[in-house]
Amino acid sequence: MSFFEHYNYHLAIVLAMIGLYTMISRTNLVKKVAGLNIFQVSVFILFISLGVIEDGTVPILSPDHEVYSNPLPHVLILTAIVVGVATTAVALALVVRIREAYGTVEEDRVHEQDDAL
Amino acid sequence: MLALIVVVPMLGAAVAALLPPGRLPWLLATAVSWFMLYAAAVLAAQSMDLGVLSYWMGGWQPPIGIEYRLDPANALVALLVSLLAAVVLPYAGRSLASEVPEEKSPYLYAAVLLFLAGQMGIAVTGDAFNVFVFLEISSLATYTLIGLGRDRRALTASFSYLIMGTVGATFFLIGVGLLYAMTGTLNMADLAARIPEVAETRTVHTAFAFIVVGVCLKLALFPLHLWLPNAYTYAPSAVTALMAATATKVAIYVLIRFIYTVFGPDFAFGDMPTVYLLVPLAVVGLLSTSVVAIGQSNIKRMLAYSSVAQIGYMVLGIGMATTAGLTAALLHVFNHALMKGALFMALGCIALRFGTTQLDGFRGLGRRMPFTMAAFVVGGLSLIGVPLTVGFISKWYLVSAAIELGWWPIVAVIIVGSLLAVIYIWRVVETAYLQSADDETRCEAPLSMLVPTWVLIGATIWFGIDTRVTVGLAERAAAMLTGAAP
Amino acid sequence: MDTVVDILLLAFLAICAISILRLRDLFAMTMMFGLFSLISAGLFTTMDAPDVAFTEAAVGAGISTILILATLAQTSRREQATPARSKLVPLAVVWVTGAVLIYGTADLPAFGDPDAPVHNHVGPHYIQESGKEIGIPNVVASVLASYRGYDTLGEVVVVFAAVVGVMSLLGLRRRPPGLRPARGKPDPNDVLKVIATMVVPVILLFALYVQFHGEYSPGGGFQAGVIFAAAIILYALVFGLDKARQVIPPKVLNRLPAAGVLIYGGVGVVTLLLGGNFLEYYALAEDAKTAQHMGILFIEIGVGVTVASVMLLIYFIFSERGRGKRPDEGNGDGDGDGDGDGALSRDEGGTA
Repeated sequence: MSFFEHYNYHLAIVLAMIGLYTMISRTNLVKKVAGLNIFQVSVFILFISLGVIEDGTVPILSPDHEVYSNPLPHVLILTAIVVGVATTAVALALVVRIREAYGTVEEDRVHEQDDAL
Repeated sequence: MLALIVVVPMLGAAVAALLPPGRLPWLLATAVSWFMLYAAAVLAAQSMDLGVLSYWMGGWQPPIGIEYRLDPANALVALLVSLLAAVVLPYAGRSLASEVPEEKSPYLYAAVLLFLAGQMGIAVTGDAFNVFVFLEISSLATYTLIGLGRDRRALTASFSYLIMGTVGATFFLIGVGLLYAMTGTLNMADLAARIPEVAETRTVHTAFAFIVVGVCLKLALFPLHLWLPNAYTYAPSAVTALMAATATKVAIYVLIRFIYTVFGPDFAFGDMPTVYLLVPLAVVGLLSTSVVAIGQSNIKRMLAYSSVAQIGYMVLGIGMATTAGLTAALLHVFNHALMKGALFMALGCIALRFGTTQLDGFRGLGRRMPFTMAAFVVGGLSLIGVPLTVGFISKWYLVSAAIELGWWPIVAVIIVGSLLAVIYIWRVVETAYLQSADDETRCEAPLSMLVPTWVLIGATIWFGIDTRVTVGLAERAAAMLTGAAP
Repeated sequence: MDTVVDILLLAFLAICAISILRLRDLFAMTMMFGLFSLISAGLFTTMDAPDVAFTEAAVGAGISTILILATLAQTSRREQATPARSKLVPLAVVWVTGAVLIYGTADLPAFGDPDAPVHNHVGPHYIQESGKEIGIPNVVASVLASYRGYDTLGEVVVVFAAVVGVMSLLGLRRRPPGLRPARGKPDPNDVLKVIATMVVPVILLFALYVQFHGEYSPGGGFQAGVIFAAAIILYALVFGLDKARQVIPPKVLNRLPAAGVLIYGGVGVVTLLLGGNFLEYYALAEDAKTAQHMGILFIEIGVGVTVASVMLLIYFIFSERGRGKRPDEGNGDGDGDGDGDGALSRDEGGTA
């Protein structure tokens, strides 16, 4: 019964888990960053789904409409998206530096070089 | 004032980035931190009088707008963060100058100020989403600061912390989102009022779980502490001192705030198996990391593991679910910040002179750097919990709280933890005082670094003897938190 | 009908996500990443969130994808295989987390339910009162810029923190005096040049439109800033990094992020000095709506300045770092084209 009412949430969760899995299980640092982004965007999809209202419309006031979707999740997610790209930028900067310092961006190789110390 | 304590460092960071490289950024950062200390002291005094201070950002009434809310609990945290900043920043000038290229100094100090603004923002806000935003501000600054360490392993340490930290923050965000879905609000006081109606739902339980896990990642509770040893070891010395003393403490505050104020102790400890999770993890954490600390040859790394152990003590206090336990936890939050801040600063002095913090390098240091080593010894005694130090006070309160509950095994654990600390501190003391180095020339640390270190060490003794302020605030805070359940 | 579109888009997203997971060719993965971002923007649009869609498209499909490409240009193009053994723990973690989350959504209000708590407390206030209290039609802009303006200041500071991070980690290498001369190869990108010359001014104009019209339609400082940066990045990709660097002199560009933060914070300080709370726009003028408009206008400018300059700076820093570097197993992408750009031009042929 409630499965179909919540399908949006469930699918978003599945996406998030794919992203989380990518991030944890892959050793390539760039892939980890991509996985992180997928995880985050999926969480955003979950959030925005919360603000949807039946027969509602975009929250821009206009004389033709009465029912609007909730603007608050939109604001929060906008902020979260920007936070996400900021994190991605710093993460990729670290990846570039790691590449320069270690010659590789595979986590295993990096650990090998560190353990050899 | 409540707004300024966060706004000033934020805008200060922007100004710092515009300054030319050299001493100016450091001077600006130091000045800002002293202002923050002044503001925090004023606010703490006000909150002791009035109870709760509230400030409406943008003039909008909460929950429509964002509220800054200060009560004795976060007044203590605000005081702590600004005190540590005000002491570490003067020290940092010389220390960071030797570890980070001067041309980067505007951005370095901008990052430091951003870190402080973020921590302070988390401490004083009354809005759950605002916590997330400022958490990310301080986290991004932290990743930058760690990554500026000299050793290339700082880069991987920072990257690992970035991944783990962002997952934690996202978990926190999921939890807040679920709460919002069930209550329609983001203001913490408002949430506290609305959660009881929906507390029985699976969604709220899940929200609690995600928030707790997310925060525990940031506060480095075992087994989510994996990022910490590398991050602390490879970051520049002054950065480690600042981080060790503030970041995890603020995270513990967030945990306390959500458990006690937002969800309420009845829900958090009654409906959810929190006690059964926090206490065992805390115990395992503190014992295992203390043991690992003993085996470390890099003293900075040893202290990092010690920090995870100390956090275990704090979580233990929270997990006791009593006012006494909470008081002990809050006390240790403050005291540990003092201890570890001072210890890492002493290490930074050693790093300045020798470029390394390996145990071998400590030979004969008792004679070569007498004041620095003395500071280290006092800090170490505090970690162990010797009377007349703040460490003793925290352990005392913690043991009393455990006895009150009749948890004798826990008392034993606390004592064993102290004994383990004796071992790892003794290794350093023995090498420094009882072994001799090839070259015995004196090379004490410069005054600009020695004085702040001793200010903090002095504080660990002062507050170990005159406990009125710390215990007073902690008890008041704990009483308000437990009594203020919805 | 809506449901069908929703499910279709989510299914596409799942396919993208799985291919990102499995693709070992990182260049292809990045393209799927951009696609993922774009489709999610489409999903946001069907869920009545155009502002969010706008930002996600610009930031995710735009900036993030470009940064990943810039990183790949300096690292390797292929990913190593993961030993099967180490996949157990991640799988376990993911299954547990996913299961808990799905369990947690069981008691959520149904998708689109008008009686949900979110539609009955703070949300409706914004919709019903913002017309009177603030007077602009875009309610998201009202909430972003005024009601929760402090969060937005935090957001701008986050962007600033990112550029501080990237500058500290990658920037500040002393540029060799004099610009690097092109290496004599005739540039075959004439078609691109012509199109870019026509398109870049239009994009810039559009950015300005989004900035100032954001109160009446989806848009605002963030989206405008990103679009502005995108225009210049496009210019850099086609005409070369050095020429693009001249558009805004580096000395000025380096200072702009901080300036934007100070503009935004400055508005707050002004309101404090005028007797109100921090960021209380009502202190700025007599008439309530004028005051709000003024406040929102200025902070959005601060936002736009910071976001545009940060995105641009980060792109420039990544590209300059990549100058003269070769990626592993390069197939002519990355820096193989010899014009010292760090710009990717796939049609150069194997000059690794």
